[in-house]
Amino acid sequence: MSMIKKLTASALVVFGLSTSGALAAGATDTHIEDFDFSFEGPFGTYDVNQLQRGLQVYTEICSACHGLKFVPLRTLGDEGGPMLPEEQVIEYSKQYEVYDAELDDFREAVPTDHFPESNLETAPDLSLMAKKRAGFNGPYGLGINQFFKGIGGPEYIASLLVGYTGEEKEQAGVVFYENTAFPGGWIAMAPPLYGDDVEYADGHSTDLHHLSEDVSAFLMWTAEPKMMARKQAGFAGVIFLTVLAVLLYLTNKRIWAPVKRRMKEEN
Amino acid sequence: MSGIPHDHYEPTSNGEKWLHRRLPVVGLLYDTLMIPTPKNLNWMWIWGIVLTFCLALQIITGIVLVMHYTPDVDLAFSSVEHIMRNVNGGHMLRYMHANGASLFFIAVYAHIFRGLYYGSYKAPREVTWIIGMLIYLLMMATAFMGYVLPWGQMSFWGATVITGLFGAIPFVGDTLQTFLLGGPAVDNATLTRFFSLHYLFPFLIAGLVILHIWAFHTTGNNNPTGVEVRRGSKEEAEKDTLPFWPYFVIKDLFALAVILAVFFAVVGFMPNYLGHPDNYIEANPLATPAHIVPEWYFLPFYAILRAFTSDVWVVIIAETLTGGIIDAKFFGVLAMFGAIAVMAAVPWLDTSNVRSGRYRPMFKWWFALLVVDFFALMWLGAMPAEEPYATFSLIASAYWFAYFLVILPLLGVIEKPLPQPATIEEDYKAHYAKNVGGTKTIVEPAE
Repeated sequence: MSMIKKLTASALVVFGLSTSGALAAGATDTHIEDFDFSFEGPFGTYDVNQLQRGLQVYTEICSACHGLKFVPLRTLGDEGGPMLPEEQVIEYSKQYEVYDAELDDFREAVPTDHFPESNLETAPDLSLMAKKRAGFNGPYGLGINQFFKGIGGPEYIASLLVGYTGEEKEQAGVVFYENTAFPGGWIAMAPPLYGDDVEYADGHSTDLHHLSEDVSAFLMWTAEPKMMARKQAGFAGVIFLTVLAVLLYLTNKRIWAPVKRRMKEEN
Repeated sequence: MSGIPHDHYEPTSNGEKWLHRRLPVVGLLYDTLMIPTPKNLNWMWIWGIVLTFCLALQIITGIVLVMHYTPDVDLAFSSVEHIMRNVNGGHMLRYMHANGASLFFIAVYAHIFRGLYYGSYKAPREVTWIIGMLIYLLMMATAFMGYVLPWGQMSFWGATVITGLFGAIPFVGDTLQTFLLGGPAVDNATLTRFFSLHYLFPFLIAGLVILHIWAFHTTGNNNPTGVEVRRGSKEEAEKDTLPFWPYFVIKDLFALAVILAVFFAVVGFMPNYLGHPDNYIEANPLATPAHIVPEWYFLPFYAILRAFTSDVWVVIIAETLTGGIIDAKFFGVLAMFGAIAVMAAVPWLDTSNVRSGRYRPMFKWWFALLVVDFFALMWLGAMPAEEPYATFSLIASAYWFAYFLVILPLLGVIEKPLPQPATIEEDYKAHYAKNVGGTKTIVEPAE
């Protein structure tokens, strides 16, 4: 027992003190809402319908400026993703133009191509946005919030999309918009969503809150497309090792039993 | 190999005899595996196996990752994404490799602090300790260079900050830094040489691990009492020891399985928890991150590096005495490497002739404070360089040095140690007398 305690204690201490990620964002007065996503926790999975709705929001709104350069179009059909049927992936790909070095010209995209890069130089690529931002920090750089709530990338994106206050200011010819989630409070991106910006085929609500949630879930998938496979591997590993540990525990007990018996007898 | 008397390998079949006359490799393996091991080892003696496993895990996952990784400033980041998205099982390989580094350091710190508490560094095990410290230094170098390879923002800026430390060395600093980077700044030449060395160093570590094991197989293991195994005869030695196989192999494997279950939970369910989000941003030499924070396992020494600012009196004295050759920056670098150097020198700084902390009533408290100090430094290393953290860092750094340079030398003189058991067997029996639940009296250690 004392060993288990020591092991867990040492593990917890180290995890508890792993503050580096938690601390970096450092923004003090930003507000990140803890959205309730289906993929949170060890048992969480992506909601295929939500990923497809998010893809629609991305395609109709975000892709005007932003890109997803690390995401191959074919993965839209992958298990553990939006799972579009093959023909639909081919059809979907056709709307993008990509540069082909062999032709030295642009051509219609096919599923083996990636999503295009950002159209605007100032618009960051969104492939990894859900992993390169930490929504939750602290307290005191101890990383405890991230342990329980997750790192908070998709929550950050969703909070940013709903976080516009409506205030604007102009600085050196650039318009900035006040946003409660953005570090510093003023962001150069105009509010991209207002609510009812797209029409969902499945009749899901299209208010600002739901649109933001859906596109954030989709961007979590673009950042971590193998999350479901990873969690399955995690379960397989934990269960296998737990069984192995029990067997080794019993083996160990049996091997040591004669030694310990002798000790007690001699006493 | 061991100085403790025990049965050696005797070839039986003709084939074995044939091989043994030409290359006694089976005998070597047999003697290594059957080494007499103190029977009273507790659960803090499992970290060696965990560390060996980590080295193997890192080398194997690393070799496969290299098959898909491209060390080029324009391609490195996207080749990592290629591993995460397109390589079969690539996401698991990479997450195991990245979190494997953290497990490696958890284990090495547990291993080092176990050695510090039970006096494993004391004669005749100084060489084992020094080799261990060299392994630890190589581990840090390897981990640092490995973190640069994904070519994210923290990779780039971490490399810039850490190689900048070498630039702080007087006279030769700039030349040395340029030599390390392969140019005036972190660039493609830096990435390729770090990649090459990141691949090389683990094999150097493996070589040192063999020496480390050879050294402690020569002296025999330390144990929680710090009392040596009796070596008068084989019968006497067998009262204090049991062969490593199967008693300790199975015990260690059980501990390893428990630790790996936790490890797999981290890899499977929170693989980025110990990482930094900024490293998912591609390296950009034109945009400095708001806070450059090293990986958690460097934080205690990073805190010591930053603690000695130009307004600290020791720094002012050093600067005045050396005519400005030792400035605050160089002082910080010296302090950081010095913090590891004093730890390496501990066999000669600890003056007590009692090995195990178990029988040192005053030492116990100072040691506990050192552990607290280590975690405090780890926390402070992640905090911004401002008050009150700067003052805390200075106090915590001062304690680190005081422990090794003042407290340990003095304790050996002023402390009155508790009586130690005469033999390991006695300690082991006493342990079981306690555990049978009141029916037997505790065996008092012999005076």
